[in-house]
Amino acid sequence: MSDDKTKDAVHKTPQTTPRYSATFDEYTNSEIRRAAATGIYDIRGAGSKRKLPHFDDLLFLGASVSRYPLEGYREKCGTDVVLGTRFAKKPIHLKTPVTIAGMSFGSLSGPAKEALGRGATAAGTSTTTGDGGMTQEERGHSTTLVYQYLPSRYGMNPDDLRKADAIELVIGQGAKPGGGGMLLGQKITARVAKMRCLPEGIDQRSSCRHPDWTGPDDLEIKIAELREITDWEKPIYVKIGATRPYFDVALAVKAGADVVVLDGMQGGTAATQEVFIEHVGLPILAAIRPAVKALQDLGVYRNGKNSVQLIVSGGIRNGADVAKAIALGADAVAIGTAALIALGDNDPHLEAEYQKLGTTAGAYDDWHEGKDPAGITTQDPELMKRLDPIKAGHRLANYIAVMTMEAQVVARACGKSHLHNLEPEDLVALTIEASAMAQVPLAGTSWIPGVTKF
Amino acid sequence: METLKYNPDIFDLDVTPLREVNQFLHGDASGLNGKSVVIENPNGAHNIAVGLKSDIDVTIKGHAGYYAAGMNQIAKVTIEGSAGSGVAENMMSGVVHVKGFASNAAAATANGGLLIIDGDAGLRTAIALKGADVVVGGSVGSFSAFMAQAGNFVILGDAGEGLGDSIYEAKIFVRGTVKSLGADCEEKTTSPEDRKILADLLVKSGHADVNPDSFQQYGSARTLYHFHVDNAGAY
Ligand SMILES: Cc1cc2nc3c(=O)[nH]c(=O)nc-3n(C[C@H](O)[C@H](O)[C@H](O)COP(=O)(O)O)c2cc1C
Repeated sequence: MSDDKTKDAVHKTPQTTPRYSATFDEYTNSEIRRAAATGIYDIRGAGSKRKLPHFDDLLFLGASVSRYPLEGYREKCGTDVVLGTRFAKKPIHLKTPVTIAGMSFGSLSGPAKEALGRGATAAGTSTTTGDGGMTQEERGHSTTLVYQYLPSRYGMNPDDLRKADAIELVIGQGAKPGGGGMLLGQKITARVAKMRCLPEGIDQRSSCRHPDWTGPDDLEIKIAELREITDWEKPIYVKIGATRPYFDVALAVKAGADVVVLDGMQGGTAATQEVFIEHVGLPILAAIRPAVKALQDLGVYRNGKNSVQLIVSGGIRNGADVAKAIALGADAVAIGTAALIALGDNDPHLEAEYQKLGTTAGAYDDWHEGKDPAGITTQDPELMKRLDPIKAGHRLANYIAVMTMEAQVVARACGKSHLHNLEPEDLVALTIEASAMAQVPLAGTSWIPGVTKF
Repeated sequence: METLKYNPDIFDLDVTPLREVNQFLHGDASGLNGKSVVIENPNGAHNIAVGLKSDIDVTIKGHAGYYAAGMNQIAKVTIEGSAGSGVAENMMSGVVHVKGFASNAAAATANGGLLIIDGDAGLRTAIALKGADVVVGGSVGSFSAFMAQAGNFVILGDAGEGLGDSIYEAKIFVRGTVKSLGADCEEKTTSPEDRKILADLLVKSGHADVNPDSFQQYGSARTLYHFHVDNAGAY
C-alpha cells in the first residue's frame, strides 16, 4: 500500500471520538503512574471524595394540612443541647448542636487552633483537641474544650485531663476506622516534636490500638479510671469510626460512655492513605439509624438523665445536614472539614498559590506536606502568620450561626419547637439507596427497602 | 520493709468504697503532702490510687487490679502484692513499686517517674514509653517496649519476642536473653553515660548488688524514621 492510499483510507473511514474508560479514568491512571514512579502509597488529607449516598438524598416533608408549622422568628425553636447527663457531675451545655471535631495541634497550626476556639466560643459550642495534646492557644480560647484520649497518647497528661470540660476516648475515625494517626516529618517541628516526645522531623505513624486495653471489658475499666482520676466530674465521650455501628455503639454504652461520637467515611483526616479514606468504613447516612437503635435497645435514648447522647460527623456542611442528622436521631453534630473551610482553607483567593502546588482551590488535600498557603494545615511559621485567628474565628462563628438558623428554618417548617423534636417521619428519600440506609420511605411511596414490602 | 513516716490513714476497701478513697487521695496537696496512707483489702480492685498528684506515700496491702497508680504524679505508691494490667500507666513522676508480679502493659506511655517491679511483668511492658524509668526484677513478656519513645527500661531477667518493635529513642537494658528483637531494634554499645543511667537505676530499685556490665543495651536502628520504599516490608 502506498502512503497516499493509507491517507485516503483515514479520510474516508469515520473515526470514533477518543473515549476514556469509566474504569480506567484519568484519576485512576494518574495514580497508577504515581505509584509506579514512587513505590509508595498515596497519602493525603481530607475525607472521601467519591460520591456517596448522603444527606442530599433526603428531603423534609414540611407541615401542611395534617401538621401545622411554627412562625419563623416569632415562635421559639430551641437549639440547645446537653451532653453527658448519665454519670458526669458537670454535663456540657451548648447553645447549638454544631460542635467542632477533634483536630490535632500539629496537623493544624497554633493560629488555626486559636481561631477554632474563638469561633466556637462565640457560637456557644465546644472545640476538641486531637492527637498531640492540648495547647494553650486552644484551652485559652475555648470556653468548652473536649480533650481527646487517643491510642498514641501523644501529649497526654493528667493535668490537661483535669483542665478539660469533657474527655473523648478515641477508638477510631471515619476516614480511617482501624488506622492510627500519621504526621509526616515536614510538620514535626521542634514544638510538635516536644509535645509528642518524638525526634524532630521523623515521619510519625501513631498506633491504631490503645496501649493498655483490648476489648470492651477492658474499655469499661479504662472509662472507670478516667472517671476516677477526674472525680466523676466530666462527661466521657467515646468516638468510633462508622463500621458496625449497632454493635460498637452498644458496647461503648455498656462500657459506660456518656456520649457516643460516630464519624462516617466522609469525615476528614489530617493525613492517611488514600486507599483507607476511600475504601474503609460506612457513609454516615448508613450509620445513624443502627446507632440510634442500639441506644434505644439499651434504654438510653432520649431517656431523661439516663440518656447517652449521640454526636454524628462526616460531611456535615449546612443547616439542612444538621437538621437531617438530628431527625435521624443524633443529638448533635461535629464539623471538621467545613470548619477549616470557614477559617479560609482552600479559598479561591489563593488560587495562584494552589497552582504552584500542582493543585487548585477546592481540591488541595496534601495537608501532610505542611505547605498550606492558607496557614491552617501547616507548622511553617511564615505560612501560619497568614491566618488571623480573630477574623477567622469570626467567620467560623458566623458560619455556625447560619447552620443553626438554617436548621431552625427547617424545624419550624416541620412544626417543631426544638431541633430535637425532628424525627425520621419528617423525612423521605430521593434514592432507593438513601431510603434503605436512612430507613425513611422513598419519596412518594411508603416503601423502605429492607423494612417494608414494595 | 520501709517504715511509715507519719500516722497512717488506713482505708479498708471492704468498708470504704474506692471512690471515697480516691477522692480523699485527690485532696488538696497542702493537706496530703508528707502523709502516709494504707489501703487494706484491695482484693484486685481496679483503679486504686489513680491520678495522685501530691507528695503522699500509699501502700496497697495486697493485689491490685487494672491501672493501679495510673497517671501518677509525685506520689509514692507501693503495691505489696501483684498488679493487674496497666500499672502506673502514663505516670508523670513519682515512684510506683510492685513487690509481686505485674500483668500486661505496665508503665504504658509513662512520661516520667520510676516503676519498679520486683517479679516478672507481662506482655507489652513499657509500651510506648515516653520518658519514665522502668526496672523489672524478673522477665518481661513479648512485644515489650513497642514504639517506646523515650526513657529507660531495665530488665534483670529475659525478654520475650519482638522486644522494642518500632522503637524510637528509649533505651533498653537486658541482663538475660532476648527471644527476638522487633523491627528496627538493634544491639547498642553502652556509653559511659548510659552505664551511669543503668547503674543509678539499679541502685534506686534495690539492685545495687547487680553489675551494670552484665547487661546488653538495645535501641533504635532508626531505619523506619522516614517513609521509604525500601522499608515497605516493615510497614
Ligand atoms: C485536619 C484534621 C485533623 C484531624 N485530627 C483528628 C484527631 O486528631 N483526632 C480525631 O479523632 N479526629 C481527627 N480528625 C477527624 C475529625 O475529628 C472528624 O472526625 C472529621 O473531620 C469529621 O468529618 P468532616 O471533616 O467531614 O466534618 C481530623 C480531621 C481533620 C480534617
